[in-house]
Amino acid sequence: MHPAPSIILFSSLSGLGFGLLTMLGLGFPDVSGWVAFVFFALGFALAGGGLISATFHLGHPERALKSFTQWRSSWLSREAWAAAGAMAVLGVYAILIIFFDNRVPVLGWIGAALSLLTVFTTSMIYTQLKTVPRWNHWSPPVLFMAYAIVGGLLLAGQVGVATPLLVALGVLQVVAWVDQEKKEAASDTTLATATGLGNIGSVRAFEAPHTGGNYLTHEMAFRVGRKHAQSLKIISLIFAVVLPFVLLILPFHHLFAAVAVLSHLAGVAAQRWLFFAEAKHVVSLYYGR
Amino acid sequence: MPQPKLDTSPKVSDEIRKTTCYMCACRCGINVHMKEGKVAYIEGNKDHPVNQGVLCAKGSAGIMQHLSPARLRAPMKRVGPRGSGEFEEITWEEALETAVSWLKPLRETDPTKLAFFTGRDQSQSFTSFWAQGYGTPNYAAHGGFCSVNMAAAGIYTMGGAFWEFGQPDWDRTKLFMLFGVAEDHDSNPIKMGLGKLKERGARVIGVNPIRTGYNAIADDWVGITPGTDGLFILSLVHCLMKAGRIDLDYLARLTDAPCLVNAEEGSDAFGLILRDEAGKALVIDGRTGKPAAFDGEGVEPDLSGSWRHAGFTHRPVLHHMAERYLTDEYAPETVASKVGIDATRIRAIAADIARVAFDEAIELDREWTDFRGVTHKKMIGRPVAFHAMRGISAHSNGFQTCRALHLLQIILGSVEVPGGFRFKPPYPKPATAHPKPHANAQPGKPLDGPHLGFVHGPDDLLIDDDNNPKRIDKAFSWENPMSSHGMMHMVISNAHAGDPYKIDTLMLYMANMAWNSSMNTSSVMQMLTDTDDSGEYVIPRIIYSDAYSSEMVAYADLILPDTTYLERHDCISLLDRPICEAGAAADAIRWPVVEPDRDVRGFQSVLCDLGGRLGLPGFTNEDGSTKYANYADYIQNHERKPGIGPLAGWRGDGEDHGRGKPNPDQIEKYKENGSFWISHIPEEAEFYKPWNMAYQDWAVKTGIFDAPTPYIFSLWCEPLRKFQLAAEGKHRRQPPERLKAQYAETMDPLPIWYPPFSDTDQRFTVHALTQRPMAMYHSWGSQNAWLRQIHGRNPLYVPTKIWDANGFTEGDWARVTSPHGEITVPVMHMAALNENTVWTWNAIGKRKGAWALDKDAPEATKGFLLNHIIHELLPAKGDGLRWSNSDPITGQAAWFDLRVKIEKVAAPKESLPAHPAQKSPVPEAPQTVKQKVGS
Amino acid sequence: MTSLPTHTEKTLGLVIDLDTCVGCHACVTACKGWNTENYGAPLADTDAYGAEPVGSFLNRIHSYEVQPENDAPAQLFHFPKSCLHCADAPCVTVCPTGASYKRVEDGIVLVNESDCIGCGLCAWACPYGAREMDPVEKVMKKCTLCVDRIYNENMPEEDRQPACVRTCPAGARHFGDLSDPDSDVSRLVAERGGFDLMPEQGTGPVNKYLPPRPKDEIPEFDILSPYLAPVAEEPQGFLRWLDKTLERVS
Repeated sequence: MHPAPSIILFSSLSGLGFGLLTMLGLGFPDVSGWVAFVFFALGFALAGGGLISATFHLGHPERALKSFTQWRSSWLSREAWAAAGAMAVLGVYAILIIFFDNRVPVLGWIGAALSLLTVFTTSMIYTQLKTVPRWNHWSPPVLFMAYAIVGGLLLAGQVGVATPLLVALGVLQVVAWVDQEKKEAASDTTLATATGLGNIGSVRAFEAPHTGGNYLTHEMAFRVGRKHAQSLKIISLIFAVVLPFVLLILPFHHLFAAVAVLSHLAGVAAQRWLFFAEAKHVVSLYYGR
Repeated sequence: MPQPKLDTSPKVSDEIRKTTCYMCACRCGINVHMKEGKVAYIEGNKDHPVNQGVLCAKGSAGIMQHLSPARLRAPMKRVGPRGSGEFEEITWEEALETAVSWLKPLRETDPTKLAFFTGRDQSQSFTSFWAQGYGTPNYAAHGGFCSVNMAAAGIYTMGGAFWEFGQPDWDRTKLFMLFGVAEDHDSNPIKMGLGKLKERGARVIGVNPIRTGYNAIADDWVGITPGTDGLFILSLVHCLMKAGRIDLDYLARLTDAPCLVNAEEGSDAFGLILRDEAGKALVIDGRTGKPAAFDGEGVEPDLSGSWRHAGFTHRPVLHHMAERYLTDEYAPETVASKVGIDATRIRAIAADIARVAFDEAIELDREWTDFRGVTHKKMIGRPVAFHAMRGISAHSNGFQTCRALHLLQIILGSVEVPGGFRFKPPYPKPATAHPKPHANAQPGKPLDGPHLGFVHGPDDLLIDDDNNPKRIDKAFSWENPMSSHGMMHMVISNAHAGDPYKIDTLMLYMANMAWNSSMNTSSVMQMLTDTDDSGEYVIPRIIYSDAYSSEMVAYADLILPDTTYLERHDCISLLDRPICEAGAAADAIRWPVVEPDRDVRGFQSVLCDLGGRLGLPGFTNEDGSTKYANYADYIQNHERKPGIGPLAGWRGDGEDHGRGKPNPDQIEKYKENGSFWISHIPEEAEFYKPWNMAYQDWAVKTGIFDAPTPYIFSLWCEPLRKFQLAAEGKHRRQPPERLKAQYAETMDPLPIWYPPFSDTDQRFTVHALTQRPMAMYHSWGSQNAWLRQIHGRNPLYVPTKIWDANGFTEGDWARVTSPHGEITVPVMHMAALNENTVWTWNAIGKRKGAWALDKDAPEATKGFLLNHIIHELLPAKGDGLRWSNSDPITGQAAWFDLRVKIEKVAAPKESLPAHPAQKSPVPEAPQTVKQKVGS
Repeated sequence: MTSLPTHTEKTLGLVIDLDTCVGCHACVTACKGWNTENYGAPLADTDAYGAEPVGSFLNRIHSYEVQPENDAPAQLFHFPKSCLHCADAPCVTVCPTGASYKRVEDGIVLVNESDCIGCGLCAWACPYGAREMDPVEKVMKKCTLCVDRIYNENMPEEDRQPACVRTCPAGARHFGDLSDPDSDVSRLVAERGGFDLMPEQGTGPVNKYLPPRPKDEIPEFDILSPYLAPVAEEPQGFLRWLDKTLERVS
């Protein structure tokens, strides 16, 4: 799949943002006044910014509100509701904390739940797609939420919890990669089933329908090289897990913490790039890629 | 949310205008849907005989051709050097007066100084009429480099060819064998026919080195070695004759198989057919045992009787055939390795043909009477049909190969019978019923007769007393005596060389000679720009008419811009290449469904104007005024003979068909009828047309013949034997010494096979071919925003063996070398391909600056032409002569004889050779196409 | 209308005959022509005369080579592909705005362009590559089964079929109601063993493909050999046979 920058930015930033908002909703850190303002502003900026960047991906962003209509069946619609709900609830929650110094825990819990739900719905947009075996897998919801939680803890300064969870996240990510690979390899969709010609012999794509590219080849027939993917995986692990971990076990320093967060974010972005670039859409079979 | 309300009955268009497609040579009927006076949508016309509603990719994309950014806008004169593409737009008056100032003095002094050749012209009976009036012998269309072998072999052998002049009996054929065809001739009818066969479960055998298109759906694919089709066919003939699986009754009654041939070597008439005083071929009449004219009333030709006359033994053609084809030379085991097909497979195919032809014969209860007055109760069909085109004809052995195929059809008795191959009017028409070629030019006078035709021996050649060719292309000379379509591919190189003479003005119509329509493209561009010692161009003046900014435009001095096909009048005439069906005569028109929005004129209308200005007979009234205001005027009012005009329908007061006075409302009548006219052949005349008196009478009534013209098929090609006799010194005219051995070797009166001439160089072992994609027509498609997305570049397709041997991988490039030159091009793997053949799509590669394409368009950077490595001459053989790379009989360009070698090379920046860009004479094309007329 | 109807009154679709398609691309441009001028936005082309032209097409012809297991020559197939109007269309259910829907009357899957936000998710959900975003209008384009032709009362009845079917020269495309077991298309599917593309994706495609008939299986020579039993071994023998045969005939 084509790793569109707007989508990668959206997914990385909003995941982190909703992770932070989750923590704030749960009361970590328990702050108020201007400090709270700064934390909430950061959370809303990341989550909202992510959402805004996602609209750059749309052909007709001016019709974006229509996406609230299909929550019964569409995960994308559900994401819109969850995100709006989370932001609304946590908005009230934040106003009460910042301006009235009144923390209403129930609102926070609901907001936290909605924030996590938002991340979950985002992941389900991918997971639901049978057409992309790598995504049609247990790992996207688990990983998206795990990254959100760990990133949220990091941003929320919850070093004590975050540090061990980073290790767990790293392990989880490696397990997911290995298992996704297996899932893709075991996919029963092949050029033989795609064409129905497999009973005659071995099928090979000859000429593409048109000599030039098209929307499908640009959007879905992107494939990163295997070697390239391996090194990117290592880099993403180093940035998302190893470097933050090392920085956090060092004696605490605000600069170290900031670098750890940025490093984690860079790692997440690399992971998300791979999430797309490594994913093979079954339509690429038709195009012989 | 409720389902949206849809208008499922939107208005389709304001009006439908029915005309004829010109996106290729197929000539389908189209419905042009108009909205707001503009062309909105094009679909096939369901009532039309050619396409019955269907339409190919090109036809359906016609709107993008009509709106092409490459359309020329106004007449132009060259202001930069030739080839640069620098022009200045001028008025029509200036353009026409310029042309007259060049052409008039030539006509008055030496009309041969004008060479007028047309490319994808569908008005040859008109353009040739103009050239005849002008008086130059140097006129032809593009048949010589297209597929003249197919046409000439068919007409000389059986009075009609495949091409679009005949078709399998799609409704009855049970076994169909298809040899390499060009996709643009009869393309929709062939596809429709294949569809019918598939629906009935009939068997299709494809004989082609490449398994694409029609061959991809063939039940059996025979991936033959290029240039060996003739040998394969004669091996089938061998098997069938040896097993006696031939239609003796058909051969005896309807062919020259019983005709008596002089069998005395050394006799002056050795190999000639014994004739009576009236010139009629003689057969032994089974009733008397004595010779009789073949067509005498009630004569029963005997296939086995020989006759001694004037001391010489005369034996039937069939005896000569037995001697020729029953030898082991043609046994499957002997030919297998050459043709690349297992002997068992050849036998299996022969056996299957025999089984279907004779065990599954069709009988129609239709009575018919033959030309001997004998009435037959039934029509017997041999349901095996064949079709072929350029694949077998564009070789130096193509004429004989095409003849071999007709021989196979004829011994099976499967021509003009139910289930077999059927002619379309004006065919059947034997070579003897066609005109002979003419070339006697006199200052200020029309030519002495039609330019092109059929020769029947050395007496008919167009040579002077010193054996020099009279035509610039050397057609009908000793080098290519039976070049019935002329030899357009030789014009520029001969004119450049001044051999046989110099010309002054070259006038071309729709022929992209500076690119894909020439062999040896780079050299041709050089010839067009070469100057002599005085600094003048060697070919002093070039006039070119085209609708689009083709590569050739840059090489002309004067451009006469043509219209698109939706802006013009045309007639697809019975005098020319009509749209007839096997069961009907039909012709068609084009008419301007929209007026041009540019200052352009249909070239035929321009010729009417020029004809008047030049005072050509046929184009001026008695008072010297211009006779035809435009082409429409000509179409409606011209009479070739009294009562016979370009269009056969609605003549006279609108009630006459075939023959009748000109009708001023004729074109309106055509428009009302969907732009075509059709007249069905009566049921009893539908088969056995060459011999069936009901057909002959119908043809006379329809204006196709002036008198019944029955004939028998010519398995024995006597004209060839006459040329051989001349080479043996038995004629007042004799070919030059250097050609005599070739005459003996190639001009056999019975079909033979000899290796293509280029097979001798052992350094170049790989065959290289081109095919025409179904979604593109020549160079025209690339300016079409929709079609160019389908074929925007052309790889060289490489078979597995060569692919592996060179270690190619996807994205690689190769250097392809022929004896003549080299190109460097992208390669692509293809398994369903003859193991020693590479190929590519024809005419996808474009020159930078042409066709209104960006200079970095893939057509120019990755596309390529094989033409660069094909020469019009063969490499020097050490005999001091340069032999022509063409069929020695017809002069057909031997495109498919090409042999190459292939090496992997590092990818260059673009395909090589890369020619510099020419300046585009049209404005830059738009970035985006978002075509919609209606809201 | 993102939810799929539980039942459609008819099941209109195409049956494509892989034994007959010659790969001429007629259906491709006929479709482009009709759908450019009709339903929704025109099918646009960017860089139309340039280095990388990209246009939206609702129907494209792929080609595949198949190498049989035995030593038989490779076969080549032309393979038209457009929307299969799936019973269980994943492209419909993922749509966040309801722009994509499956019609209750006939099962045609459509995009209501005025509701389309151009998110592209439906194209991701489709395993067949049947949906393409228009490069200019930025809404999702797909085969409409010519819903504006098949019921069009402004057209002669014989023309009320999809543009691709009407134009197909070889007759490799068939249109009809696949829920009616007596329809021509249903019969073809039954007789010829019509199959689904990617059945394992569970989309329940309506369009069916007819398999190519077996190729390169000319009968073994033994069966046919009686047809080539020689009448003679050399020319003289042939002439004797000729004489005898002609005597018998006359």
